[in-house]
Amino acid sequence: MTRAILAILRRDLAISLRAGGGAGIGAIFFLSVVMVVPFAIGPDQKLLSQIGPAILWVGALLASLLGLERIFGADAEDGSLDLLLLSPLPLEIAAFSKALAHWCATGLPLVIVAPLLGLLLGVEMKGLGAVTLMLLIGTPAIAFLGLIGAALAASLPRAGLLIAVLIVPFTIPVLIFGTAATAAAITEASPFGTAFKFLCALLLFSAVIGPVAAAAALRIGRGA
Amino acid sequence: MPKTPRMKFSELANPNRFMRMAWWMIPLFAALAALLLAWGLYLGFQAPAERDQGITARIMFVHVPSAWLALGIYSAMAVAALGTLVWRHPLADVAQKSSAPVGAAFALICLVTGAIWGRPTWGTYWEWDGRLTSMLVLFLIYLGIIALWRAFEEPLSAAKAVAVLTLVGFINIPIVKFSVDWWSTLHQPASVFRLDGPTMHASYLHPLLISALGFSFLAAAMIIAAMRTEVLRRRVRTLNIFAAGEAR
Repeated sequence: MTRAILAILRRDLAISLRAGGGAGIGAIFFLSVVMVVPFAIGPDQKLLSQIGPAILWVGALLASLLGLERIFGADAEDGSLDLLLLSPLPLEIAAFSKALAHWCATGLPLVIVAPLLGLLLGVEMKGLGAVTLMLLIGTPAIAFLGLIGAALAASLPRAGLLIAVLIVPFTIPVLIFGTAATAAAITEASPFGTAFKFLCALLLFSAVIGPVAAAAALRIGRGA
Repeated sequence: MPKTPRMKFSELANPNRFMRMAWWMIPLFAALAALLLAWGLYLGFQAPAERDQGITARIMFVHVPSAWLALGIYSAMAVAALGTLVWRHPLADVAQKSSAPVGAAFALICLVTGAIWGRPTWGTYWEWDGRLTSMLVLFLIYLGIIALWRAFEEPLSAAKAVAVLTLVGFINIPIVKFSVDWWSTLHQPASVFRLDGPTMHASYLHPLLISALGFSFLAAAMIIAAMRTEVLRRRVRTLNIFAAGEAR
């Protein structure tokens, strides 16, 4: 089973990192979102550094939603999704591995560039560390939730915006506790532990419910 | 097959029987809704002005039933989703598809009347309070479900995909219900469905319950009418497919 998981990871990572895979586009979109905010708000350094972590969270959420259709879209087209359905590997595990590969290719770059983008917004050193660490926990949770939307729309052409609309309501708890934990780590006004534990719990919860619901959606979507 | 005097639940699954029942259910429920709503609103206007809020509190007779129905219709949709996935009930997905816009409308009415009520009493149209936010999330989930219905061409594959989404979204229903107990920031806690009985005075409770019943019949009439339309629409679709096959 480990070999099958590793094979899925390696394959999906190779597809998304090679030409036309679009792994970096999410990070570029993230940069664009962060870049337009100062134009809209005005170059008030104090205000920007204050709302900087929240902007990073919103940008990372939008960028994570952007590429979700890639998880199953191409596989449904070229038939490899049917092979996954037929394989002895439980579909839940396969879906989990695909979400993990998707996060490594598109979510991890967002976490890595987050501190650099934070510098653009004038977020302080402590805030940079906090928001990066929280995004490291929050973005995989978003990927696992997004997996459900990707599976629901796997057989639909041009499902990108639909998946985003379906998934946004479910990512709100991640955003709430992610920004709460980030703010608590920076200002120490509210207890850090509660929000942080809730964020970790959400990651574990979505890592279970996401692949299970996605596998159910794939099975009935493909008539299996 | 011998006829049993008591109608079995499974017999409701027969679309023809449903179509026959819809014929008398829609006018009956619509008439009951009109009567009960008129009675409830009349009693509502007779209710004494509230001590702090004055006559503004009367918007409750629309706001609260809408909130209950938005939650109730979603719960019914979740049951229908189980009916689609587990029992393959042929009317379950028709019921679910027809309920979604009605539930979304009640969620919107709840949000709008809440905003109108909130302005004079809380001093703001909107506050990012737990109850308000979770209700907005419920409205968004309704819209997502409607969008997913429209994305598929084939009604049966749409039904199954929507059923999964509906069941995942059900997680929000207890959050809406208990949000006032978990984060008691602005919205008042439950005052009707409580273990120790309602804390509301009878002059308010009676019109509220009557108008809630009226709104429920209104929702039922609208959902059954939409279901009948959907069954007919699917028949037309099937006939068109057959006709296209024969013309070839």
